[in-house]
Amino acid sequence: MSAGAIKERCRELQNKRWFASAAFVCFFLFMALAPSLLDLFGVSGGGIAQLDMLNKIGISAALALSLNVILGQAGLFHMGHTAFFAVGAYTTAVLSTMYQWPIFSAMPVAGLLAAAIGLAVALPIIHLRGDYLLVVTIGIVEIVRIALMNNIFGITGGANGIYGIARPAIFGFVFNSPKSQFYLIWSFTALTVFIFYLLEHSRFGRALNYIKADDTAAAGCGINVARYKLAAFTLGAFWAGMAGTLYAANIRTIEPTSFNFFESVILFAIVILGGSGSIAGVLLGSFLLIGLQDVFRDFDSARMLVFGLAMMAMMIFRPQGLLPPRRRRYDARKLMGKYACGISRQCGAKYNPYDEDEGSAS
Amino acid sequence: MSALSLRNLLKTFGGLVAVANVSFEVEDLSIVGLIGPNGAGKTTVFNMITGNYRPDSGDVIFNRRAITGMPTHEIVSLGIARTFQNIRLFQNMTVLENVLAGCHCRMKAGLFSSMFRFPRQRREERHAVEQAMRELAFVGLDRQYNNLAGNLSYGNQRLLEIARALASQPRFLILDEPAGGMNDQETEDLMGLIRNIRGRDITVLLIEHDMNLVMRVCEKIVVLEYGAVIAEGTPAQIKTNPLVIEAYLGVED
Ligand SMILES: Nc1ncnc2c1ncn2[C@@H]1O[C@H](COP(=O)(O)OP(=O)(O)OP(=O)(O)O)[C@@H](O)[C@H]1O
Ligand SMILES: [Mg+2]
Repeated sequence: MSAGAIKERCRELQNKRWFASAAFVCFFLFMALAPSLLDLFGVSGGGIAQLDMLNKIGISAALALSLNVILGQAGLFHMGHTAFFAVGAYTTAVLSTMYQWPIFSAMPVAGLLAAAIGLAVALPIIHLRGDYLLVVTIGIVEIVRIALMNNIFGITGGANGIYGIARPAIFGFVFNSPKSQFYLIWSFTALTVFIFYLLEHSRFGRALNYIKADDTAAAGCGINVARYKLAAFTLGAFWAGMAGTLYAANIRTIEPTSFNFFESVILFAIVILGGSGSIAGVLLGSFLLIGLQDVFRDFDSARMLVFGLAMMAMMIFRPQGLLPPRRRRYDARKLMGKYACGISRQCGAKYNPYDEDEGSAS
Repeated sequence: MSALSLRNLLKTFGGLVAVANVSFEVEDLSIVGLIGPNGAGKTTVFNMITGNYRPDSGDVIFNRRAITGMPTHEIVSLGIARTFQNIRLFQNMTVLENVLAGCHCRMKAGLFSSMFRFPRQRREERHAVEQAMRELAFVGLDRQYNNLAGNLSYGNQRLLEIARALASQPRFLILDEPAGGMNDQETEDLMGLIRNIRGRDITVLLIEHDMNLVMRVCEKIVVLEYGAVIAEGTPAQIKTNPLVIEAYLGVED
């Protein structure tokens, strides 16, 4: 087979409706094997460092996917997502250390509290456009960070943060080792992909995309723009709060500096660079941005330089992101030509049910 | 009975009076044309009907109900749909997906049932695709359902906007320069289409600069100049109205 023919076959394959789901399943199966592979190749230190890295990527991916609903699907320039992540993490930490709540019970509470705060913040600002919204959302991260720093309600521990957060446990099994943490975190990431994939292909996801493309036209089609924007914002905040739970339980000590503005920028970049609105793109973006950050850790300032240059190059050469969203396809071929049409040009003079009064009006 | 009545609509932008005390009626199941020179305020009147602008004063009554200042999406669900003068399609989506946007407001599935694809929701979705295809066939675009909207010819983009508006199952359709950018044949076909729309028991109100189309297709014409109604009547009356002739000749020289 020639290279061209292979390329053609690949394109055909990619256009199949099941391609994306199959690709996700393969990806997560491969991830499930990752710890064994690390063992198999005898990576130094039992692969602990690598697993920690993957855990960090998994949490960031889930978090970035929740931002993707707001930024990628609905097109809301929201750069304050770390704030909701922080609310979730701190809620979990407080419930775990002060009230001895199990982590899994704290999770929905963390999500709901983040969602409630998300909704409250979004209500007055949701009608803002583009850059205005961006500026206000940046403010949200800073407000939350400063509130945590100042030991708000006397429960956040100020600059020291909170330590001694419990490990997640279920039916007596404690997720203690990096490996068990890995499976916990990546199960959550897989669930996130599943949920948001369904969302993207639902009527709800479609409405968000119409709003992103042109909100005046969307309203003109009968879509309640403000309500959908709020729903996207609240849902994204809810999921970020739950990701915060996993983060708190994984790292066990949280402090305000983990939730600064720079983390928000990285999240924003993951979505934009990966491919705004594309789940696969956001996954790829998480690996690249979180993974490479670690690789370049030793050259601290050069890291930022590389990061900045990469951003600029992307915006010039591939503004739609590395893996832009695929077009949704609908199975309507069999409906073509089924209904008689009202315009004479396409039908010839074949059938035009209201043709009687043609010409009589002048 | 009148489907829509406008009462003393006033809209100013800063110091500019765009629409000054405009009142007129649109009879149920009629085709009414709104004409006037550039900048006369026609689109502004439309924007006040559809809730895009809130009038400074005056009322919009639809089927005996005041809809003044209601949000656009509610007005759409009451049964008023529109197209835009500067085409506002979702350019990077397929033709079919554009029309599905119009179906959206008649669908009921909530967030969870639409995500988890319960049987009832699947049926609703299938029904929406079918209805969208029917509207596409109605304007003659069903064979292009899988093309990108942005790749359609200018005339076909106008037809697609009409299909999208029809998909919201309106009782009243507002068309802002539907023949803009169309060639003669396309304009001729459009006249048939507009009559067919009325044949589906939908009242039509349109803005158009193509006088041939307006005179042949409309039963009643309202003429705006500098934001005010200067004449109103049948095509024959409008053609011979001295005020209208003056307004139009005034524009030309
Ligand atoms: N959003 C706005 N802000 C300020 N001025 C506006 C706005 N919309 C319309 N105008 C002004 O109001 C007047 C009427 O505009 P409108 O678009 O209604 O005219 P029109 O009759 O539709 O003209 P055309 O035939 O060119 O479409 C114009 O002078 C226009 O500049
Ligand atoms: Mg206009």
